[in-house]
Amino acid sequence: MRNRWARRAAACLVAVPLAVLAFTSTGSGATRSASAACSASGSISFDGVWTGAEATAFGAVIKAFNKVCPKVKVNYKPVGDNLPTVVSTAVAGGNPPDMADIAQPGLVAQFVAKGALKPITYARTVLLANFSPSWIALGTFQKKVYGLVFKASNKSTVWYNVTAFKNAGVTPPATWPQLLKDASTIKASGTPAFSIGGADGWTLTDLFENIYLRQAGPVKYALLTAHKIKWTDSTVAAALKTMAQVIGDSANMAGGTSGAVQTDFPTSVNNVWESPPKAAIVLEGDFVPGVATVKSSPGTGYGEFPFPSINNSPPEVEIGGDTIVTFRDKPQIEAFVKFLATPAAAAAWAAKGGFATGNKHMPASVYPDAITRATASAIAKAKYVVFDMSDQQPASFGATVGQGEWGLFQNFLRNPSDVSGIQSQLESAAAAAWKSGK
Amino acid sequence: MSAGNIAVEPQVDAAPPPDTGPGLRRYAAGALFLLPAFIVLGVWIVYPTVYTIIRSFFGLNGFNKFVGIDNYKTLFTTSTLTTAIKNNLIWVAVVPACVTAIGLVFAVLTERVRWSVAFKTAVFLPMAISAFATGVTWRIMYVQDPNLGAVNALGRAVVQVFKSPGTLSDATPSTSNVTGTAQTGMTLQTPLKPGSVALIGLTGIPPTEVPASAAQAVQPKPVPGHISGVVWRDFKPGGGVPGKVEKGELGLPGVTVQLRNSEDKVVKTAAAGDNGVFDFGVVTPGTYKAGISPGTFAKPWAGFAWLGTKLITPALIIAYMWIWAGFSMVVIAAGLSSMPRDVLEAARTDGATEWQVFRRVTVPLLAPVLSVVFITMIINVLKVFDLVITLAPGSSQNAASVIALAMWRTSFGGINDFGVGSAIAVFLFLLVIPVLLLNVNRFRREV
Repeated sequence: MRNRWARRAAACLVAVPLAVLAFTSTGSGATRSASAACSASGSISFDGVWTGAEATAFGAVIKAFNKVCPKVKVNYKPVGDNLPTVVSTAVAGGNPPDMADIAQPGLVAQFVAKGALKPITYARTVLLANFSPSWIALGTFQKKVYGLVFKASNKSTVWYNVTAFKNAGVTPPATWPQLLKDASTIKASGTPAFSIGGADGWTLTDLFENIYLRQAGPVKYALLTAHKIKWTDSTVAAALKTMAQVIGDSANMAGGTSGAVQTDFPTSVNNVWESPPKAAIVLEGDFVPGVATVKSSPGTGYGEFPFPSINNSPPEVEIGGDTIVTFRDKPQIEAFVKFLATPAAAAAWAAKGGFATGNKHMPASVYPDAITRATASAIAKAKYVVFDMSDQQPASFGATVGQGEWGLFQNFLRNPSDVSGIQSQLESAAAAAWKSGK
Repeated sequence: MSAGNIAVEPQVDAAPPPDTGPGLRRYAAGALFLLPAFIVLGVWIVYPTVYTIIRSFFGLNGFNKFVGIDNYKTLFTTSTLTTAIKNNLIWVAVVPACVTAIGLVFAVLTERVRWSVAFKTAVFLPMAISAFATGVTWRIMYVQDPNLGAVNALGRAVVQVFKSPGTLSDATPSTSNVTGTAQTGMTLQTPLKPGSVALIGLTGIPPTEVPASAAQAVQPKPVPGHISGVVWRDFKPGGGVPGKVEKGELGLPGVTVQLRNSEDKVVKTAAAGDNGVFDFGVVTPGTYKAGISPGTFAKPWAGFAWLGTKLITPALIIAYMWIWAGFSMVVIAAGLSSMPRDVLEAARTDGATEWQVFRRVTVPLLAPVLSVVFITMIINVLKVFDLVITLAPGSSQNAASVIALAMWRTSFGGINDFGVGSAIAVFLFLLVIPVLLLNVNRFRREV
């Protein structure tokens, strides 16, 4: 679901065609890579989730690759959101594509466990030169690097209505207490502060995860993700209480509690985009502007700020993203993987919009507009980058409508005072899901 | 899934053998003609049914692990699945009877109205819309906000005939000196004596709710013998100091302030001016309190949460009946038109009232048609799916779930447990069988 929105959002952003100029100017950055002399030849079959404008943008990446390695032909097949089924079937049938990009880290882990994937340790030098250790860790499974998160979306962003902020006389907050203070000022100004898309459970898990990451820290985040600590842990209780500071004040949400539970994600965005707005703030990822169906312009209509810091937490970003993996070892695949880790590869897509990378050496100036530049470069600048927690859970706990995390966080939205009750329900659902592995 | 398909093709099983006659060739020819039907039935009905039944005894990963009846135990112990079963029972209890009754009433009434064709077309039209589109449309119509949802907009139009909303429906007190809620009205707790000035600050008022004539709020000077004061929007960008009249804060013209004596009786009222200032004039010595009546804060009707967990099943049933009333009406009307008129006339000649004719003659004669509609609706209702998945938002789908939806969600909706999914399918199949037998029997009798 989330990926679909992200994708749709991306498709809308891709309208800015200043690609060519930008990427010839950054093309020199490719010398940072290891592929100075490319002797590889042959073809690569590549199954991907990117379709439409995204497939076209990836075509630009392939074109850039062919400037370095003219003798390699990459056959990209846009499979779309059915990719997990398609690739799983192909793996089961013993005939996987050479490469694929996968939006679910859980599926990558599954393929690793089955021994279907090849490690990409050969790209070590170019990975280390361009990405932070925490970024490389996103593609690391069982202590080996199997994948590269090539395209990411920043889920630690907050969007606001500029007029509502102006009417209330507040500015984008940097810390959580400031956010709460601003929220009560906004409420006093006559507009509810928050728009919560509670009909889609994942908007609530995203909010929780952003709070948990900042409050409990990335180590605890990783432990909870792997269910190494229980949901009954005191850190979870603390994060839920912090979350209740937002969703506990019915009068400060658009439509109140009962309205928030029935509001789907696109409506929650439109609530903030409208004029006069139904609420001032929506807490979701960088794909928010692409989902809005109400017209509004960046800067004058809506603005963005990074998810506020809690207890002096350093800049941290939660991402969703597509991981590129390989099912075979061939020289031409090696060459392509190494190329994908270079700034030139990232720049080829970034210039087309709807794209963010953790590549430290891709200049932020490549991004087509100011807001994308801010949200995307926040990823590369972040001290810690973590992957969406619910995306890494067994599907019955992390990705099923009305069940597991999605359903229970909706219950929490209905009754935010029952922290310990929701904790024990989360724990029993998580335990059952991890036990059965589904 | 397969269960529903079987239900609509039962006559194939009941096909009588070809005429008796000697010769192998004749049988061969018969077999040849039956072959396509057998192949179709075998590939799309028999094989999937058998496969599903076997699959329901295995675990998550293919046929690796035989789990016996564990999947069926799961079916009756998981709360989301038992809710689905319970909901389906409600559907079966309510929908077929209501749809048949509504269809009967429409069919009988359309016989008597002038624009019957137009009326029938209008009622039948929903049948031409896919259930998916119906679900999406009704979901929009059911939105709680009366400004968006058509159903609640209608409700608000009715409610506002009796009760109009106040001018300041979103206001809250700015300091603890003013207490109360929108329901009770708000009261300034500071005791007032002649010569006092009452400061009634309110916040939470959207700029759009402030009357256009509002001007900078002014704190009036005390007038000996008078009680006066100001009621104002105690907010300026950044928040300001609550309880203090500051530059940039507007008066609330038109708000009626009440002066209550120590027995809480309203002794005087005054309306605030553009700068928020009001004056009760000369008052007799004593202590008073100033307040604003709840009428000023009455919120507009908020609408029913049709899409919430409590009302979602009734909401779905209404939409479903809207679709199927037309089908029921058309079938019953056809039965009605082929009914012998002389019987009705005879009853009327014998002095029966119209109600008696309907009750004692029309309905009994229509019984076979009514039972067709009723049984078809039971089968339809048991397998209802598309409407539920499109109409119910994610947060209400557990509460709205029905067996077919539970089957789909368990098999394909993220959990991808084909074992339990198959068990649900088999359970649904078992539920349909009695109705199926009934239907087959009826066909036999009719032949």
